Amino acid sequence: MSRGRAADRLLALAVWVSVLAVAAVFFWILGSLLWSGMGRVTWAFLTTAPRDAGRAGGIGPILVSTLLILGVCMAVSLPLGLGAAVLLSEFAEAGSLFGRAVRRSLDVLAGVPSIVFGLFGTALFCQALGLGYSIFAGGLTLACMVLPILIRATEEGFRSAPSEYRRAAAALGMSRASALWHVLLPAAAPGLLVGLVLGMGRALAETAALLFTSGYVDRMPESLLDSARALSIHIYDLSMNVTGGDPNACATAVVLVALLLAVNGLAAWMTGRWLSRRVLPA
Amino acid sequence: MSGTDGSTFLRMENLGLAYHGKPALEGVDLEIRRGAITALIGPSGCGKTSLLTCVNRLIDLVPGARAKGKVEFQGRDVLDPRADLFALRKRIGMLFQRPNPFPLSIRRNLELPLREHGLRDRAELAATVERTLRDVALWDEVKDRLEKPALALSGGQQQRLCLARALALEPEAMLMDEPCSALDPLASGAVEDLIVSLRGRVTVLIVTHNLAQARRIADDVALLWLQDGVGRLIERGPAAAFFAQPKEEITRAYLSGERG
Ligand SMILES: Nc1ncnc2c1ncn2[C@@H]1O[C@H](COP(=O)(O)OP(=O)(O)OP(=O)(O)O)[C@@H](O)[C@H]1O
Ligand SMILES: [Mg+2]
Repeated sequence: MSRGRAADRLLALAVWVSVLAVAAVFFWILGSLLWSGMGRVTWAFLTTAPRDAGRAGGIGPILVSTLLILGVCMAVSLPLGLGAAVLLSEFAEAGSLFGRAVRRSLDVLAGVPSIVFGLFGTALFCQALGLGYSIFAGGLTLACMVLPILIRATEEGFRSAPSEYRRAAAALGMSRASALWHVLLPAAAPGLLVGLVLGMGRALAETAALLFTSGYVDRMPESLLDSARALSIHIYDLSMNVTGGDPNACATAVVLVALLLAVNGLAAWMTGRWLSRRVLPA
Repeated sequence: MSGTDGSTFLRMENLGLAYHGKPALEGVDLEIRRGAITALIGPSGCGKTSLLTCVNRLIDLVPGARAKGKVEFQGRDVLDPRADLFALRKRIGMLFQRPNPFPLSIRRNLELPLREHGLRDRAELAATVERTLRDVALWDEVKDRLEKPALALSGGQQQRLCLARALALEPEAMLMDEPCSALDPLASGAVEDLIVSLRGRVTVLIVTHNLAQARRIADDVALLWLQDGVGRLIERGPAAAFFAQPKEEITRAYLSGERG
């Protein structure tokens, strides 16, 4: 066997080993979670309220609260994020000071630890705006956290759409707005999807920022101004503060991971449908 | 030639263009005859693409680009900042060097600009789609896959689709920037035949590097040349005379392949 072939084989081996290692870690985590938590995830667990500080009972109100917080977060960050990305990629000239300043700030913001966002959220939404510990405050804080990721990923999506599309549209007498909506948006959709999934993932997994803003009351929320407990906080509370809470913490983690996968799947499915209506990828 | 009544369609007067203050094109005086095919030839970088994009103001999309002089079209100056670009670009379409269909279905590629220009009626849209696709001899190839992505077509088919997309707006003129140069000989021939078929109906201003092609299709020819780093119009005239008895030394040298 020649040296070149040997080197190729070695490379292939190295690639396979790393792929397997990553996959193994993923399945190990998932497996151990399912092993210890899956047995407890029943319909009753998903729908009933927690009892005995969460050792017994279910996570019904917590699931509802989580979805509400996520809903507020997305309702605020999606339009804002899309708008900002459009502004950055289409209307701020590539090298302009404004564009560069905003982009740099977003990159810094994306790396800021979530606890800082939590403190900021407490100061602004809970106190200054008088929302108190509430789903609203939590959702808005998460929106601030998710926005940088969402904007940058979406902007990348728009930028990666070839400028030929813009020129072609302009040469046909199409307005910038309709080129954006009908041509560039579908072309940018994959980027948008990535941003959305990353953003939602970060929002769902968030604990620190929510501790200060939406609080940890585990009752069923009656309005968006009620304090509420998110899944991640429930897990944290059960495993850190409640002796004997570990089994239910695991079960809740299973639900959280399932929710995450469901959100990813839903986003992919919706984008796929939307694309097939407008773009029809091969 | 047939269909060209010789009247002026568009007139450039002392047209110039600079990118970031550096002139790329200067002092171009050129008349385009209605219904004729005018070929714009010249070496790389002499400003042929720049000239085309002045005519439909696509130059507005390039930051730092400034045009001066005059492009007179129907008694108005195209370069006037108040010019109605929407209407201008509907009347003067463009075909690019690389086919650039939108990443949408074949049908939507054609319908999108039509809708943008106010055609909403479904039956009429469908009829226009079929008519323009027949116009570019693409109908039989794609009639069963109108909902399929345009990007799945071959390069030549894509370029014909782009031509159909522009023609659907019933433009009076087409600007073409080396429309055949990215295609294989067969596809290139098909597109060339289509361009010839426009003679008399649509005024064509076509950039080409292919002198043989210019000889085959052009009614008029204009040669741009780089002098001191700036593109200038060297010679223009009816194709027959231009190729048979060029007046300028540069033209003679360029045509005989010594330069450029
Ligand atoms: N967007 C731009 N920014 C700065 N300079 C440009 C830009 N586009 C073109 N130029 C310059 O203007 C000059 C003319 O370019 P143009 O593309 O019009 O030439 P061309 O004749 O079309 O060349 P080719 O045959 O290679 O397509 C060149 O010197 C080029 O460097
Ligand atoms: Mg060019």
